[in-house]
Amino acid sequence: MMSQQTDQERGEAAQRNPEQPVPNSGPSRQQAMLYGIVGDGLKEVTRRVPLDEPPPLAENSKLKSIGKPIPRLDAVQKVTGKARYTFDIQLPGMLWGRRVVSPWAHARVKSIDTSAAERYPGVRAVHVLDRVLQTAQLRDPKAELGNRYPTVRYAGQPIAAVAAETPRAAEQAAKLVRVEYERLPHVTELDAAMKPDAPVVFPGPVEQPSTAGGGGAPPGLPQHGNLRGPNTGGRFGPPRGDVSKGFAESDVVLEGEFRTQVQTHVPMETHGIVADWRDDGLTIHASTQWTLSVRDEAAEHFNLPKSRIRVISDFTGGGFGAKYGIGNFGLLAIHLSRKAKAPVRMMLDRREEHVSAGNRPSSIQEIKIGAKKDGTLMAMQAVSWGTGGVAGGAGIGFCYSALYPCPNLYAEQYDVFTNAGPCAAFRAPGQVQGIFSLEQMIDELAETIGMDPLVLRDKIDTGGTDDSLARAVERRAGAERFGWKNRKPAGFDAGPVMRGVGMAQSQWIYLVSKYTACEVRVTDDGGVEAFSSAQDIGTGTRTVLAQVVAEEFGLRPEEIGAYIGDTRYPIGPASGGSRVTASLTPAARNAAHRAARDLAGRLAPRFAAEPETIVFADGKVMVRDKPDTAMPFREAVKKANIGEISHRVDRADDYEGYAMIVGDLQISKHGIGGVQFAQVAVDTETGVVKVERVVAVHDCGRPINPKLAESQIYGGVIQGVSYALYEERHLDPGSGHQLNANIDQYKMVGSRETPEIEVVLLEQFGAQSSTDARGVAEPANVATAAAVANAFYNATGKRIRTLPMTPANVLAALRT
Amino acid sequence: MRSGMSRRAFFKGAGVSAAGAALLDSRFTQTAEAAAREGEVNVLGPRAVPVSLTVNGRGVSVRVDPATTLVEVLRYDLGLTGTKIGCDRGACSACTVWLDGEPASSCMTLILDARGRTITTIEGLADGDKLHPVQQAFVEHDALQCGFCTPGMVMSCAALLNRKPDADLDDIKSAVSGHLCRCGTYPNIFKATLAAAGAVAKGKAGG
Repeated sequence: MMSQQTDQERGEAAQRNPEQPVPNSGPSRQQAMLYGIVGDGLKEVTRRVPLDEPPPLAENSKLKSIGKPIPRLDAVQKVTGKARYTFDIQLPGMLWGRRVVSPWAHARVKSIDTSAAERYPGVRAVHVLDRVLQTAQLRDPKAELGNRYPTVRYAGQPIAAVAAETPRAAEQAAKLVRVEYERLPHVTELDAAMKPDAPVVFPGPVEQPSTAGGGGAPPGLPQHGNLRGPNTGGRFGPPRGDVSKGFAESDVVLEGEFRTQVQTHVPMETHGIVADWRDDGLTIHASTQWTLSVRDEAAEHFNLPKSRIRVISDFTGGGFGAKYGIGNFGLLAIHLSRKAKAPVRMMLDRREEHVSAGNRPSSIQEIKIGAKKDGTLMAMQAVSWGTGGVAGGAGIGFCYSALYPCPNLYAEQYDVFTNAGPCAAFRAPGQVQGIFSLEQMIDELAETIGMDPLVLRDKIDTGGTDDSLARAVERRAGAERFGWKNRKPAGFDAGPVMRGVGMAQSQWIYLVSKYTACEVRVTDDGGVEAFSSAQDIGTGTRTVLAQVVAEEFGLRPEEIGAYIGDTRYPIGPASGGSRVTASLTPAARNAAHRAARDLAGRLAPRFAAEPETIVFADGKVMVRDKPDTAMPFREAVKKANIGEISHRVDRADDYEGYAMIVGDLQISKHGIGGVQFAQVAVDTETGVVKVERVVAVHDCGRPINPKLAESQIYGGVIQGVSYALYEERHLDPGSGHQLNANIDQYKMVGSRETPEIEVVLLEQFGAQSSTDARGVAEPANVATAAAVANAFYNATGKRIRTLPMTPANVLAALRT
Repeated sequence: MRSGMSRRAFFKGAGVSAAGAALLDSRFTQTAEAAAREGEVNVLGPRAVPVSLTVNGRGVSVRVDPATTLVEVLRYDLGLTGTKIGCDRGACSACTVWLDGEPASSCMTLILDARGRTITTIEGLADGDKLHPVQQAFVEHDALQCGFCTPGMVMSCAALLNRKPDADLDDIKSAVSGHLCRCGTYPNIFKATLAAAGAVAKGKAGG
């Protein structure tokens, strides 16, 4: 069972129970390959690689398809409206689902009367939920015995749903479901929920075995009232050294309290599925980040064999971490489809999306760091509280333990439960909050000891991992592009609009899905196709898959049929944790390589040549160094009478293995990095902040398509600016209802607020896989808010430790 | 299968141009009428009314509940799902179509207000297989990620170039200021539309 345990949970489980088998235990060879950063001291290393690995790739400039900024292959479908999202699926006889949700933030459901809804014309089925997903679960279910229905713990929690022949009928009938509630006291605000006399969200300690990416604490933590913790572990290890000794030996000790807000994902396509239950199996169209998580949860909750469930996701309209599993809407849709014997469409509306489909938890972070006058880090201490509503996982990531080596470290992370919608993973879960405080503290340290922030990082960013080596280059490249040398002292600008610049560093894990495979087929008319169940949430999965396969056949990417987003295809990774390209492309290249060599063997007799001399290049087949033998690819294959060639290959382990492996997640000791520079203008009279310019320098291993990587970096920066300046979920403490559950009042960056963004992308080789590709989505979003905050300080001479930087928060910071 | 579905299937099979003759019962209307017929529920409000529109150059007639919006008819009666709904309250512009050549939020346009007007959707923008210059530029400049906001963005940028072929960056920012792209593709939308403006202006200059 592929559970939805989060990266962080799994990481922490690994830390408790590490298993580090020898990578690629089969026959092997020693292979010389490229290592380092192109243009900055590229060298060769020797790795032990599986015997059947394809030869290593050269740098991108020497390749034909990989590394080229080609337009994405499904772009024409998207610009013409032909791309069909789950939202667009209309099946014959399809019914419209509509949920009934609780108006109360905390209540026991005493009775539910669905009879009027059932009688409403056009209604075909009604279903009442007997369990609620996407929430923490009581450790001892007996703490709530005697309740027939799940307890309501947030306003907007789903109770039931109807399926009807028209959307109007579904909407009307949903209003006719009569639910009798016994209201309970509620609490929605973080500070209030931590008070000893606060209403308790759960009547006992809770765990979160399955949280759509939102969990983040090991099981068995102490819990008092709404406060669960402390979790003192981190992804890269328990506390180390002795912080009090470290602080005592420090020349400089800095302290600060940081606060970050709840942010919602707001994918343009809301969550939803179309479920079609039939006697011979269940078909689900899902707007998802992981087709297999939908299949596996449906199998679990409906006791179906996985072979009888097919999940299809041709296009997903964004996800950003929140779209895993079937969700409560999916449970309801499948039940309704089974009852009505018809397909049921259940898409959330925009309000439901904000309220119940995930969010980034808030945080309060009390940070203390100690250092020598020369910048040497002596001790770091981070205590954090955060709320993910009824779900756990409000930590602040792993940056304190992993970004800068420090001999003495202590961290405590607490979850605070509130009567609010569940959190979910959100583009670098925890890490965005943690970097916001850490990188401001490092900036403050630089200022305090009179050292340039870049020089300080040169001194302390010494982990030696690939991401650390990349950041050193990124600091130099970024400083030059940005014009860092023109930086003025803090508060230099006379105002009233004060401009300043700042920088911050990014770090994310380099993650590989263990269970990843790809099938490549060659048909007898010269068609080449690649298959993976991985989905595309907007990153360009189809395109990078085709580019990698095209390289092996000497074809153009648009000549490859790239088929994804269907659980009938070979097992593929989740679009989460920045892992698809890293996981999928080596498997795809290896499958393509084997298929191409198989094909070469069958073509060789027709060319009167040895198989190993057959090469594929520029759309042709020929004998190496004999251009007069060249024949167009399709023509050559047609003549060879091959029937069909098919090779399915599993992803090999990274050549140096992993720091930890838990289930499907293989986490490298290396990471993915980045450095971002920002220029801001702060209107000190109105408190309005504008981010004017960002230079984002990033590494993602070998970029398979630099154009698509650049697009993702734009997106990460823009979401980061949006988080830094505007976004905030507002709940009404009295009712628990979200006040801005829409797009007009939940303020986000639009065209007018988009800064000028310049992207610099490194080409870096870690010599770990047959493509050496890594992800970029998350690191692009990690550093932005901290870079903006450091620029705010440089502009005004004041620290802003509270997000978002609304006029009220800005004016408060300026008064300090 | 309900009769409405079979009419709908006929409509789709017969093609939009032939449907002017057959009056299409909207999926949004049936239940209210059925409810009134069966007398179990007191349904208030006017009955379905016939509405004639011109969509992508073809005449279309539907019988529809007056509370229905244009985007609902486009998507669920005419099968034109390229036009998206992101918020259903005029805040995200994913539903942008042209009404008589001007961009409009189809989620905020009641179907009765679209009567007799010329409607262009994303499906009607290209000239056969030849993409509109804005569509072509969006492809070349990767002005899309997940693509859900893209049809609306394209419609607004194309309308801008109709209105002002030599549009500059500020014009483009203004034209899409009501559009939300959560993937954060704005820089490439600016580049693409600027490039398309160049291409359009050049094409016009060349005759």
